[in-house]
Amino acid sequence: MSVGKPLPHDSAVLHVTGQARYVDDIPAPAHALHLAFGLSRIARGRVVSMKLDKVRAAPGVAMVLTADDLDRPADCSPSAHDEPLLSDGTVHYMGQQLFLVAADSHLAARKAARLAEVEYEEEEPILTVEQALAANSRFEDGPRVWSKGDAETAISNAPRRLKGRLEMGGQEHFYLEGMAAMAQPQEDGVTIHSSTQHPTEIQHKVADALGLPMSAVKVECRRMGGGFGGKESQGNALAVACAIVAGKTGRACRMRYDRDDDMTITGKRHDFRVDYEVGYDEDGRVLGVDFTHYTRCGWSLDLSLPVADRAMLHADNAYLLDAVRITSHRLKTNHQSATAFRGFGGPQGVLGIERVMDEVAHELGLDPLEVRRRNFYRAASELNEAPQHHDDPAPALPKDGDTDLASRGAQAQLPSGGAAPETGANTTPYGMEVTDFILHEMTERLLETSDYKARRAAIAEWNAENPVLKRGIAFSPVKFGISFTLTHLNQAGALVHVYQDGSIHLNHGGTEMGQGLFRKVAQVAAARFGVSPERVRITATDTHKVPNTSATAASSGSDLNGMAAQAACDTIRDRISEFLAGLHQCKPSEVRFADDQVHVGGESLSFEQAVKLAYEARVSLSATGFYKTPDLKWDRIKGQGRPFFYFAHGCAVTEVAIDTLTGENRILRTDILHDAGHSLNPALDKGQIEGGYVQGAGWLTTEELVWDDKGALRTHAPSTYKIPACSDRPDVFHVNLWDAPNPAQTIYRSKAVGEPPFMLGISAFLALSHAAAACGPHYPALDAPATAERVLAAAKRARG
Amino acid sequence: MQTSLTINGETRQLDLDPRTSLLDALRHHLGLTGSKKGCDHGQCGACTVLINGRRVNACLSLLCMHEGDEVVPIEGLGQPGALSPMQQAFVEKDGYQCGYCTPGQICSATAMLEEIAQGWPSHVTADLEARPELTTEEISERMSGNLCRCSAYPNIVDAIRKAAGETA
Repeated sequence: MSVGKPLPHDSAVLHVTGQARYVDDIPAPAHALHLAFGLSRIARGRVVSMKLDKVRAAPGVAMVLTADDLDRPADCSPSAHDEPLLSDGTVHYMGQQLFLVAADSHLAARKAARLAEVEYEEEEPILTVEQALAANSRFEDGPRVWSKGDAETAISNAPRRLKGRLEMGGQEHFYLEGMAAMAQPQEDGVTIHSSTQHPTEIQHKVADALGLPMSAVKVECRRMGGGFGGKESQGNALAVACAIVAGKTGRACRMRYDRDDDMTITGKRHDFRVDYEVGYDEDGRVLGVDFTHYTRCGWSLDLSLPVADRAMLHADNAYLLDAVRITSHRLKTNHQSATAFRGFGGPQGVLGIERVMDEVAHELGLDPLEVRRRNFYRAASELNEAPQHHDDPAPALPKDGDTDLASRGAQAQLPSGGAAPETGANTTPYGMEVTDFILHEMTERLLETSDYKARRAAIAEWNAENPVLKRGIAFSPVKFGISFTLTHLNQAGALVHVYQDGSIHLNHGGTEMGQGLFRKVAQVAAARFGVSPERVRITATDTHKVPNTSATAASSGSDLNGMAAQAACDTIRDRISEFLAGLHQCKPSEVRFADDQVHVGGESLSFEQAVKLAYEARVSLSATGFYKTPDLKWDRIKGQGRPFFYFAHGCAVTEVAIDTLTGENRILRTDILHDAGHSLNPALDKGQIEGGYVQGAGWLTTEELVWDDKGALRTHAPSTYKIPACSDRPDVFHVNLWDAPNPAQTIYRSKAVGEPPFMLGISAFLALSHAAAACGPHYPALDAPATAERVLAAAKRARG
Repeated sequence: MQTSLTINGETRQLDLDPRTSLLDALRHHLGLTGSKKGCDHGQCGACTVLINGRRVNACLSLLCMHEGDEVVPIEGLGQPGALSPMQQAFVEKDGYQCGYCTPGQICSATAMLEEIAQGWPSHVTADLEARPELTTEEISERMSGNLCRCSAYPNIVDAIRKAAGETA
């Protein structure tokens, strides 16, 4: 069977020969126009005057548009309709789009855009957490607060207490393929090629901007050169701009951001400040904890509410907290609008509690590993009851036709449901019973295979003897909730055709950004028909084939689309079975599809023969499939319910070395054990784990975003923004799969694997902290990203 | 400005603005889109091509500097059905995820093996006189100019080792 095999990526040969086409590689139709935005040079204020005569007169320019030139308001927001395509005169961040140039080449458009003469009335930008709090500049009416038990009393009654603060930076996606879109006018609508994780959102925003029904807009995406969340909502502006100019000129339009523009315009991971106060006992058990999250969301709402929610949802990570309060401030600042990025707030929440565990262990002189294990949720194997799933109805959706229903931002507008908190001994701060916790067993195995204890002892000895270079080692776990927290997004569709020659056409709503989704879903389809995977033709995501799709996000791609494809394949397979059973006077259940053959009534037909017979007997060989995740209910205002179908787990041990004179550092060895359920494709899953870890470690070490006091992003190219290179990966890197079936009924009992391993990079950060702590008696209180400067400062703090 | 050069073994004449980068000439004027534009700054390596057998960032090089040169971008290394050993090794070792950096990685790795064969030292070579060995450290250092945001680095290094084993 094709499922579970380490088959290569679907476009392997195309990738290595340069034949794989990305949006900007599609040959431009004749007379295509190229677009560029004119960008604001201030972070906050008003445009007093904008002279565009020189722009219009520049060579090759065909059209220049400002907000006033648009026939109807064009909005690019995935949530609150607060992102006009072109500024209405108010400037909210440096890099905001003021006007749009269309010219006969990419270079001509960009050059012309620089010729604008813009006068501004500048205002003092709101840039820091303190400034935003002082100005009460925030989204929602106030902070969200979720709690379980009485944290305040628990902390004040605890034998020991500590307070602290952790700052963590944001992160640029740096998808190697920058944002790109192309629009081709059609006789009654438009076709868009977009590098997007969310074709339906692009379709919706383009239709809205053109005043067309969604049915008149076709959006296609064959592949992206990386997404990481950055292409969930940030591609809207390019597609909408191309569609508008295509509509006005009747010419094909294409647009791609130059790298500096891309980094200047588009949103990044949310940075967070986490203030914490914890009460604990002498054994390191956390008795009560109070977290306050402050996140700078940038100028518009985008997906900040669900991101900040997910940070709260992961403030417990793997630990059973009896008394906890989480307060979350979503601050509105004059920056790029922070957006989705692998983990979607989860990593920021997880890092908060991991810091608490680390500091508690330091104060008690315990191995942080032991403090973590003592606070773990109870193991699934120790719980009396089998995992239970509930099927209460989901809260009703609003009837407001103006809502971006297919966006994760839509939850800002949903009414609260009536979910009641669950009661039990193993519940999360949001009242969900944890019934599938396997980190005790996983930790045990990883400690053995990584030889953690002996290495930790050896490092302590080594550090005692070496004054300049210090080594550090740390373990960190992750428990990550799988599902969109906006319940209605947990649906997917697929379209499968079987042609009369036995070839199979597969389409579904998921998008391919390198994670191997297309290969995995094709493996599912091949398995359902009992045929070799080569028979399944993988096709571009297309809103005209499968409608109303959710973003390929929240790690949900194969969970949702695999199930939808399975449903479509089974419909066709059952029709063929029924027909052949009739011919052979047997039960349909006795027809078997395997080895590219169909076995029925003692006879074996080739798959082609079976299909040909079915076709001639007028059996429909085309079907749609649909899936919705069961058992979800969630009230984000109360912070109560069951937002996740299941949890994915992982754990890592990382060893690092630092130079205490310079702060320079490197990762020496990493061991990972990760839970991908029964993996659909172990090769692809291991790639996700390795890549996720390195990207997570990059976020917390070298990737530093710097804005100046005017609000200008100074790190807008790879010259100043350092993502991990080949030489930054661990020298020794052992990655293994736990490989036990998912107790939840997922596709072939696999688990989502896109985001969870990102958080394993936290072990690298904690190991750096451990190394810095070797410099002296005090807690180093390392902030992220742990650049050489911060490591140096942390070492100094440790010395006191 | 007229420039005459060999691209994938074919002589090509181009009459372009002298400021046209080699990368733009390949992508926009010759329809060879295998070389990718990741940063256009010479920092990501996605545009790496071979010029007279040496690896060069095509975005940092002007077309008009290459009169008479032999340029081989990814399309010239091998095609589906006739892959080069390096391309084949990348397929077998899954040396990519999204694939966008892959053409540059493969061009770069192909020339990098040649540099080692010719005895060129790198920043991490301990003995400048001795012939450098193809250690993991040498590969990592020599490939650090080709970024992969998916961080498929472990498989990229495995693929290079495999290709090196077969060509050695």
